[in-house]
Amino acid sequence: MELANIEKLVDKYLDAETTLQEEQILQQYFTSNNVAPHLQEYSMMFNYFKQSKDETYTKTIQLKPEKTKKNWKWLSVAASVALLFSVFIGNEQYKEYQQRKQFAQIKEALQMVSINLNKGNEALYAVSNNISKGSNAVQQLNTLPNTFSKANEILNVNK
Amino acid sequence: MNQSDFLKVVLPFKDKVFRLAKRLLVSTEEAEDATQELLFKLWRSKEKLSDYRNVEAFAMTMTKNYCYDRLKSKQASNLTLVHSNYKEKETSLDKKVEHNDTVNKVHELIEKLPEQQKIIIQLRDIEQYDFDEICKMVDMKPTAVRVALSRARKTIRQELIKQHNYGVS
Repeated sequence: MELANIEKLVDKYLDAETTLQEEQILQQYFTSNNVAPHLQEYSMMFNYFKQSKDETYTKTIQLKPEKTKKNWKWLSVAASVALLFSVFIGNEQYKEYQQRKQFAQIKEALQMVSINLNKGNEALYAVSNNISKGSNAVQQLNTLPNTFSKANEILNVNK
Repeated sequence: MNQSDFLKVVLPFKDKVFRLAKRLLVSTEEAEDATQELLFKLWRSKEKLSDYRNVEAFAMTMTKNYCYDRLKSKQASNLTLVHSNYKEKETSLDKKVEHNDTVNKVHELIEKLPEQQKIIIQLRDIEQYDFDEICKMVDMKPTAVRVALSRARKTIRQELIKQHNYGVS
């Protein structure tokens, strides 16, 4: 590239009128080794620009914070669900336990009732036994007149 | 959009984000933190990314705004960490080869420019974006961008000539 042309571009460059392509030409010229002495300052500028572009971000990009955050969220949801579930289950278990307890109490009471009923039954049996004995005796007594009349008949025959 | 899709979108311009952040925040660590933070922000809003026609331009705008915020909060809390970091680096770099030193001078000069010119020269002369994109990123009119860029370039050049002349005489 001719020097005159470069000088023209430099003027345009200072007025910020150059296009990216023209600036590319300037950069190529000024980062080369044969720069006109009166334009040395541009060579410093363009060398710096070129060099600056080589700097890179070397650290690894961390996108993890969000992930852990998300996990915490899910964990809390899971924990609350588990808590609710366990409370529900616990409540059910407690209800069942209460029912069992009541059932046992009722059973005990019924057993007591049945024992007492049996006692009453036995007493009634005893009473009925006595009654039947009595009735037997009464029946035997009822047969007495017959025996008497038989005895009388026998006596009458003998007479 | 899963992680690998996201990285495919982001990786081409992550260095540009980092360089712009470094230009504004000066210290490398600050810039690295800012880049990490910005990429993470993008990742969080990944659902919305497909709505933007130009994710890269959007990311650069975000970077600019984020760095402004950082600088403001620094000023507010009177933290001068950035500046001291920079100076330390400066002295160590002074000992390096001459070429590096002159190049470093340009760095120093850009450092002294107003924030807006800093951003524009970074976007144009280093990242080589075209004017339309730059206008979108910095939310300025094309003429205003050109004026700022022209001023920045002229200032750098004049300062370099001045220093060069001092060096000679």
